[in-house]
Amino acid sequence: MIRKISLFFIIFITTSNLANSAAQKNELASKYEANISINNKASLQRGAKYFVNYCSGCHSLKYMRMSTLAEDLGIDEALFSQNLLFNNKKIGETMTIAMKESDAIEWFNAVPPDLSLTARSKGANYIYSKLNTYYQDDSSATGYNNVALPNSSMPNILAGLQGERKIILDSKENPLGFEKVSNGALSEIEYKQLTNDITNFLVYVSEPAKLRRYSIGFWVLMFLFVFTIIAYYTKKEFWKDVH
Amino acid sequence: MEKVLLRDGEITLHTRERSNKWQMYINIKGTDVFVRKSTGTSNLDEAAKIAGKYYDQLKETANIANNSASGVIGWIDARLPILSFIRDHLTQYYAPKNFNFWYFFGSLAFLILFLQIFTGIFLAMHYKPDAKLAFDSVEFIMRDVNLGWLIRYMHSTGASAFFVVVYLHMFRALMYGSFKKPRELIWLFGVFIYLALMAEAFMGYLLPWGQMSYWGAQVIINLFTTIPFIGPELGIWIRGDFAISDPTLTRFFALHIVAVPMVILLLVILHLAALHTVGSNNPDGVEIKKNKDERGVPLDGIPFHPYYTVKDFVGIGVFLFLFALTVFFVPEMGGYFLEHANFIPANPLVTPDHIAPVWYFTPFYSILRAIPDPAFGALAMLLSIVVLFFLPWIDSNPIKSIRYRSTLFKINLFTFVIGFLILGWLGVKAPTPLYSALALRFSEMYFIFFALLFFYSSTRSNLFSYIFSGAIIFLISIYDLSRISADNYIIVTVGLMSVILFVIFMTLSPLYSSLNKEKEVPDRVTA
Repeated sequence: MIRKISLFFIIFITTSNLANSAAQKNELASKYEANISINNKASLQRGAKYFVNYCSGCHSLKYMRMSTLAEDLGIDEALFSQNLLFNNKKIGETMTIAMKESDAIEWFNAVPPDLSLTARSKGANYIYSKLNTYYQDDSSATGYNNVALPNSSMPNILAGLQGERKIILDSKENPLGFEKVSNGALSEIEYKQLTNDITNFLVYVSEPAKLRRYSIGFWVLMFLFVFTIIAYYTKKEFWKDVH
Repeated sequence: MEKVLLRDGEITLHTRERSNKWQMYINIKGTDVFVRKSTGTSNLDEAAKIAGKYYDQLKETANIANNSASGVIGWIDARLPILSFIRDHLTQYYAPKNFNFWYFFGSLAFLILFLQIFTGIFLAMHYKPDAKLAFDSVEFIMRDVNLGWLIRYMHSTGASAFFVVVYLHMFRALMYGSFKKPRELIWLFGVFIYLALMAEAFMGYLLPWGQMSYWGAQVIINLFTTIPFIGPELGIWIRGDFAISDPTLTRFFALHIVAVPMVILLLVILHLAALHTVGSNNPDGVEIKKNKDERGVPLDGIPFHPYYTVKDFVGIGVFLFLFALTVFFVPEMGGYFLEHANFIPANPLVTPDHIAPVWYFTPFYSILRAIPDPAFGALAMLLSIVVLFFLPWIDSNPIKSIRYRSTLFKINLFTFVIGFLILGWLGVKAPTPLYSALALRFSEMYFIFFALLFFYSSTRSNLFSYIFSGAIIFLISIYDLSRISADNYIIVTVGLMSVILFVIFMTLSPLYSSLNKEKEVPDRVTA
């Protein structure tokens, strides 16, 4: 039995790769590339605000400690507590959510994933393209569908900002682009900026240490550079009498 | 030129001329105790005066070296042979003077071993070996532990760096014949270290409990289940469960942080003890102990300390620079050191899109996948590692260094390295028909490398060459004949013909050309 299972796994691995790589080649979704700059504090602050307003109802960031967030984004703790803290949370806690998993399954037929590490596991462009490729689809339960993640049970939360859109398909049913049905509260550029800020924020959340490691790394490299030069000339001096 | 300057009982102070300057040495009871002190002059009388000034100081140093130290060191040394240890393994351990770039990797591997133990201790303070907590505890380390991210990245980068360094170290041994007589045991301990390292890396990779940890372990443990008769039971025994779960994690944790590191440390001690018994090989493959001066010091040898200690610091500096560059700027190394899918917690119900082992296992993973039957694939993979143990007896050519070996040997080693790298690259790719065909051919090349090493061990007769060549071609061809069909005949034929042509060229060209001509090995090392 286990022999068969192991055989299955090896065959599964070899074949599943082929199937998936074909399915993932979604050209339209891959056109959306986020412009990531985690040193852009203004963008991170806006991203944090949008995330708390639009996303955090369903999506947790269970590894993100809010005190770290406030410090890294340069937000005063008092200001942070007034604007970004909900549900009687303390600033030393992480950004978990109040929604129960059982409720989520009842409402969406799925548990909205925690987004702490999504930027590391799936990449920034995945988040950005997901937020930018919603379109109207009457056959879907939410009334919308998505190109980057087809048939996802996530509703189009940002529809009011982006406006309603329809998809344009080619003769083989491949998505080509979008057609605007009605305007949203934001212009196209403003909407892209907003989704880019959210993406940028999630990239920061996926690894807050990134803000620190570049600057520490620079000094470590400087030290090692000097160390190596000294070591080199010491060696040269010691080896003078070896022929 | 050499001149005795002072004599005091059993102690003699004498000088030797080096780069036109007089250099002072102390000789005790007939053995030269190296005291590196240049008088800085080429005039002998002047040198004698300066030597006289240094005499007391030199005598003190000589006394320490002569195990007759006083004070705290003397007290300890009377009870524990620290001074003779320092002398035997550092200050009077003579290493060939012509080590090149390739000789940095032994000491670097030693450095990384301690780096891994050091960072591992700190990780173990915060990590929780529990299937429910493991993933969270790693993120806790990455975010909330002071400099936890640094410790974790050093450990994860250290694992990859360890393999980079060990692969280069092994390649050095292949190039300069360091595995050959009288160094067979050094090589054997080395291969055992490599095996233990693979076990250590594999078990460590499960601990973050991400998707790749889980499914990578699934694939590897399933290899054991392909063993006839005992396989299924063995799989359960390794996992401690019917599937990978909490008991698997906790036992891997115990093995990863206690058992295997102890084995590795013991093997490293044996590796070094064997090395210091026979002495180091060198890029010329010449035994430096064959040419000694009247005091028994190898003419081409220099004391390990201070010469190679100061030299290794340069290597350590360059290595740490590259290491820090990775740790601080590209710790994921594009998904090769830390795989993207490992940032998703392990989920036994969802298979990742693409399971690839970490890069250092991929050449062997390619060999595993090259044969569709899992049991034979696993056997081929096992064989590809086991063959390393027999290397000293496979290649019995008396010439050690690549410098004096034939062109065909160089081609053989070169194609082996390229093939190994290609196998590694193929191991991270999804197997298309073309990639699978390439993996099969380069797996064959992997084994042909060893066959050819045996073939080049001595000058072969015409008959032997033809039989040997025919035997290899026969072995490869029967496998292909058993699987050739209308769908794959082009790819099979092209692949098979390429390997056959290579084998024919490598085995028969010595009969018709001077490609297998070896050079004469000098008596002393070259500069």
